This record gives sequence, structure tokens and C-alpha cells, in this order.
Amino acid sequence: MSVLSQLNSLPIYLICGTIVLFVIVMSVFFMVRAWRAGTAIGMDKAKLRRVVTSSCTFTLLPSISILLGVIALSGSLGVPLPWLRLSVIGALHYETSVADIAARGVGLSGLNASEMTLKAFTTIALVMSVGIIWSLIFTALFNKGYLKKLQTPKKAAKSGGKSFGDYAMNAMFIGLVAAYIGSYVGTYTSTGDYMPLIVLVVSALVMAVFTFFIEKKNLVWLENFSIAGSMLAGMASAVAVGALV
Amino acid sequence: MENINLENAAENIEVSEQENEKKTYFEHYNARTHVYGRLGLIIGVILMVGFPFAMGLVLDAMPDMNAFLKGIIQVAALYIPSCLVEFLIYTPMLGAGGSYLAFITGNLINMKIPCVMNSRDIVGAKSGTPENEIVSTLSIAASALTTTAVIAIGVLLLIPLQPVLSSPVLAPAFNNVVPALFGALAYKYFRKGVKIAVLPLLIMTVLCVVMPSLIGSVGFLVIPSGAMAIGVAWLAFKSDKKKEENKEEENKQEEDLNA
Repeated sequence: MSVLSQLNSLPIYLICGTIVLFVIVMSVFFMVRAWRAGTAIGMDKAKLRRVVTSSCTFTLLPSISILLGVIALSGSLGVPLPWLRLSVIGALHYETSVADIAARGVGLSGLNASEMTLKAFTTIALVMSVGIIWSLIFTALFNKGYLKKLQTPKKAAKSGGKSFGDYAMNAMFIGLVAAYIGSYVGTYTSTGDYMPLIVLVVSALVMAVFTFFIEKKNLVWLENFSIAGSMLAGMASAVAVGALV
Repeated sequence: MENINLENAAENIEVSEQENEKKTYFEHYNARTHVYGRLGLIIGVILMVGFPFAMGLVLDAMPDMNAFLKGIIQVAALYIPSCLVEFLIYTPMLGAGGSYLAFITGNLINMKIPCVMNSRDIVGAKSGTPENEIVSTLSIAASALTTTAVIAIGVLLLIPLQPVLSSPVLAPAFNNVVPALFGALAYKYFRKGVKIAVLPLLIMTVLCVVMPSLIGSVGFLVIPSGAMAIGVAWLAFKSDKKKEENKEEENKQEEDLNA
């Protein structure tokens, strides 16, 4: 039995499915409570219904892009783990980069399907889930006190405005991406492996095309697919180059 | 006349009693939200930490704790500050119930935040109000359920495709998922902050070319690279703020002159 088929076995699906089910139950429970509270304080039911339906339709396209993320990760980590990680807490950019860091920690050359072992897989799963858990811990510990401090609507609105937090978040991602690009250039000059650089460039170019259509042609809905679409194009270029060389 | 005044006074008392009742109800609702939210997140944390060990039991391959520590130090250094910033910025927008749900269901920036903003616009709710609390929670719950359903249906459809996805022809694609992600992110973030990107990109490239042994520890390189970028961003933030202040002062002076 290959490593990948073991990662896609029924017990692994059941473990991941249990956690996804817990999140579904929690969402339904909070939804029913909020609906009842809304009607009890006199909110219009038609408006509440609109909130629910618009949220469902609004989320449909980005959800498909998340599904593409599951496909992108399924070749190296199997289907159940990316399914769980992208349904609970996760986001595609986080999961991919953390899985790569964890894979290197285990001794693989990166998030590499051909080098994956069962021990590497469970270790990667542990790093991925513990690494992202901090926002849950901060929320569980400080949510109540923090919201109490921000009782007035004015203060709350101010916190959402453009602050150094916006700059810092962008800068952090720029730093992350810069380090990885440096490593790909270093890989090429030291080993001659140009594939990561080709994939990187193709993916960036396709992202530029997406951005052109989103900004110049006003096709805002494309935004939901830009990252996953660019990634799939970059990955497709690796298959094309692999077949040609 | 006296009767009308008495009737108005009675009506006012009734309205304020109703409002008080609503207020008390909502305060109780909010208090319970924190209890259920905390309980949900604690169970969530236990499940998230526990499931890799459950997989280890099933696969007869427990996680390697040394490798875990090595990985988690790098990941935590990068993501604890990021999680803290996300918590501080997004909690006021999401409200109590919304943030408990949003942080456990994930995909905040790309999905939950825009979804909540959209719902708030529909209802016209303001941050910090009971309406906002209700709308955020409903919106995030509906969004999370939709995503879970779409992914679950997609995963079911993926099962028969597994032999195709694991074929050697597609191996180069799955070996290069990370460069594919960073290509897309590089374009997205670098164009927002070319000035911020130049220094870390240059230094990281030179470091990896001159010392290829560092490539294996790219997770650690992210820390100085991120610190450099945040340092440059701080300078950019200060200069933008100064420019804004100068502009405001100029406008004020112009208005004074016109007056």
C-alpha cells in the first residue's frame, strides 16, 4: 500500500470528518442562537433571511477556490488533511507554507510528494495544527475583556481603519515571500534545479493577468479564483516542462 | 389634556420597559455567547492538537517530536505575531459570537471579513451594536456552513480521481505547490509595497546564493526577512503619516487664507 493511499484511507477520513462535524455543529448552534436573539430584539426576519442567503451566495465562489487549494495539496498530503485544514481555522497560503517548513524540519527537501513518509505526514499535521492555534487561544482568553474595552461603536470602527497593523501584515508576507524567492534563486545557482523558479514566474505572471482583468475590466468575481488559479497554472507549467525535458 | 399626558407617560414607560427587557435579554445572550464560544474553542484546541496523534495511532507512525519542535519554533515565531494582529484588528469588526466562529472556521481575510462587511451593509448595522453582533454571527455561520458543504462535496468527487492525481506525470506539479503559491503572493504583495520588498528580497537572494546551506532553513530566514520588511514598513508608515499631516496643514492654511 503506497504512502498516499494510506493517507487517503477511511480511518483518516473519519478522524478529519469528526472535527469538521464538530465545526458544523458549532456553526449551526451559533446560527440558531443568533437568529432567535435577532427576532427577540425586534430585528426584521426578512433582513435576517437576506443576511443568511447573501452570505451563502457570497461564499460560494471563494469556497470553490478553497476546494482548488485542497486539490493542490492533495498530491503530497492526501485529501483528508488538506480538507480538514482548509475547513477548520486554515487558509491556503498558511497551510502550504507551514507544511513546507514542517517538511524541512522532518528532513525532507520541502513539501515533496515523492519523499513523503507516514512519520513525516503526522509530524507535518501536528506542526500545521499547533502552529495556527494561537488565534483560538487569544480569542478564548481575551475576547471578552477586549470587546468590553471597545464598547463604544466609535472605538470599534477606529480599530478597523488603516493603521500600522495593515502595513505590518503586508510587510510580514513580503518578508515571507522574499525569503522563499531567495531560496529558489539559491537552489538554482547551487544545484541547477530551475523548476521552482519557472513555476514561481508563471504563477506570478498569471496572477498579473488576473489582476489586470479584476482591476481594468472590473471582473471583481475573478478575485476569488486569482490565487488558486495562478497556483494551478504554475503547477501545470511544471508538468509541461517536466514532459518536455 | 391631563388624560392625554397620562396616556403618553404610560406609553413611554411601556416603551422604556420593553427596551430594558431587550437590553437585559441581549446582555444575557452575550454573556452566554462567551461561555459557549470559549467552550467551543477549548474543545477545538483539544481536537486540533489531538488529531495528528490519532492519525499516528492509525498509521502506526507517531509524530517525530524533535522535528515537531524544530518546525514549531519557526512557525510560531512567524505566526504568533500574525495571529495576535489578526485577533486585535478583526475582533471589533466581528463581535463576540462572530469572532469565536470566524477564528475556528478560518479563511478570515479572503472570505469571512468581506462576507461580514457585505451583510452589515445590507442591514445597515454599526460596529459594537446588538444588530452587528447578530448579523456577524449569522453571516459567519452561514458562510462557514456553505464552505464546509462545498469542500465536502468536492472531496467526495475527488475520491475517484485519486489515481489520476497521484500519477507520475503530475508529480512535478505537486512537488512545486509552494513556489506556485509564492509566485502568486509575490505579485500580489510586492506590487502593494515595492519599496518594502526590495531590501529583504535582495539580501535573502544574496544570502542563499553565497551560502546555499541556508536554503534548508528557509523557515528561519523568514524571521530576519520579515523583521527587515516590517522595519521598512514602519518607516513608510511614518512618512505617509507625516505627508498626510502636512497636507492637512496646507489645506487648513489655504482655507484660512481664503477666509
